[in-house]
Amino acid sequence: MLEAIGTGLQGLASGLLHLHWSNLVMMGVGCVLLYLGVGKDFEPLLLVPIGFGAILVNIPLAGLMEEGGFLRHIYEFGVLTELFPLLIFVGIGAMTDFGPLLENPKIFLLGAAGQFGIFLTLGLALALGFTQKEAVAIGVIGACDGPTAIYVTSQYAPHLLGSVSVAAYSYMSLVPLLQPPIMRWLTTSEERKINMGVVTTSVSKRAKIVFPLVVTVVGGLIAPKGLPLLGTIMLGNFMKECGVVGRLTRAAENEIANIVTLLLAISIGATMDGRIFLTPQTLIVLALGFLAICLDTVCGVLFGKLMKVATGGKVNPLIGAAGISAYPMAARVVQAEGQKHNPTNYLLMHAVGANTGGQVGSVMAAAVMLSVLKGMGLGG
Amino acid sequence: MDNWSFGVTMVVVGMGGTLATLALLSILMGLLKKVFPYRREQDNPK
Repeated sequence: MLEAIGTGLQGLASGLLHLHWSNLVMMGVGCVLLYLGVGKDFEPLLLVPIGFGAILVNIPLAGLMEEGGFLRHIYEFGVLTELFPLLIFVGIGAMTDFGPLLENPKIFLLGAAGQFGIFLTLGLALALGFTQKEAVAIGVIGACDGPTAIYVTSQYAPHLLGSVSVAAYSYMSLVPLLQPPIMRWLTTSEERKINMGVVTTSVSKRAKIVFPLVVTVVGGLIAPKGLPLLGTIMLGNFMKECGVVGRLTRAAENEIANIVTLLLAISIGATMDGRIFLTPQTLIVLALGFLAICLDTVCGVLFGKLMKVATGGKVNPLIGAAGISAYPMAARVVQAEGQKHNPTNYLLMHAVGANTGGQVGSVMAAAVMLSVLKGMGLGG
Repeated sequence: MDNWSFGVTMVVVGMGGTLATLALLSILMGLLKKVFPYRREQDNPK
């Protein structure tokens, strides 16, 4: 009898007995993510489920990410199949107004420059000894776009999914802190004061409807391997602009986006098992991800300076920093930075144009990368 | 393919390809605005 009670008590203590120090560390990391989401309001929709997922998966013997575990089911169903990022893209497309971009199509080029960090970081990762597929996954953090990073990483280096996703989402939320010093460092006071005038809406409804179709067909023909990314974001935008499927548009930007964000984020958190996650490699990935987003900003602002020269001083180089995919944060940062130096300057709509260009640019950069890789025989 | 060639190819073709594609889309967007010009009466019906 006593022996049976002893065995029963041992069963209750088995979780504690199997607790590894790395599990405790990762539970701490989960709590930090929860604090950033709840206490600091940094991307709470993502950091709260990621943080909670990280805590869940580090409780020993629960087997949530083992065969048959419920988080494993979600992960295999939506992340490994790349379904979740694509469904989120339909929602993002439905939420985005490309009007400011169509207003000034030249700004689209800033959306390309804002992606250069992807490729430069890929080169750095190779130099640091990562494999080619791992370097691709690390570089794509520079897309500054969670779904794109997850989509590419799940194809090329699924074992890095946790660190890449955490880097992509957390740095994205830190854009207001990361970008301003780089913007000030690369521009003169006179450049920051350049007034670009007021954006007047002069884009027809028809142009807005045809835009997603043109991007899908042209982009798809150039980079067919990235068509799932491009096609889903443009489908969402087409639904929004055509105006006849209001129910679908609302579902895409609300219910579908919310449910998929929850499932995606909790399964990303579930990849953060301490015994697998806590390696020097993870720290290097996080550092390279940080560098990728800084390089994006550097390239964007430098390209902005080039456009300033090419247009005879009409473009404020600060808007180059908005050529990344972190929407609308990057545009707000540009507006705030511009107003610090010239209170009468309203760069917001110009920056929103560059920012939406960055959204398309990040998807296009990933699409180009996937197609080039396929061409080189390095399929995912 | 060795890492050096791979890295250089990705940087050159990746950055160049992205820039060229977005430049093409930018030109097409300019054309779109010309083909479907904004008309206040059509786009803002009272």
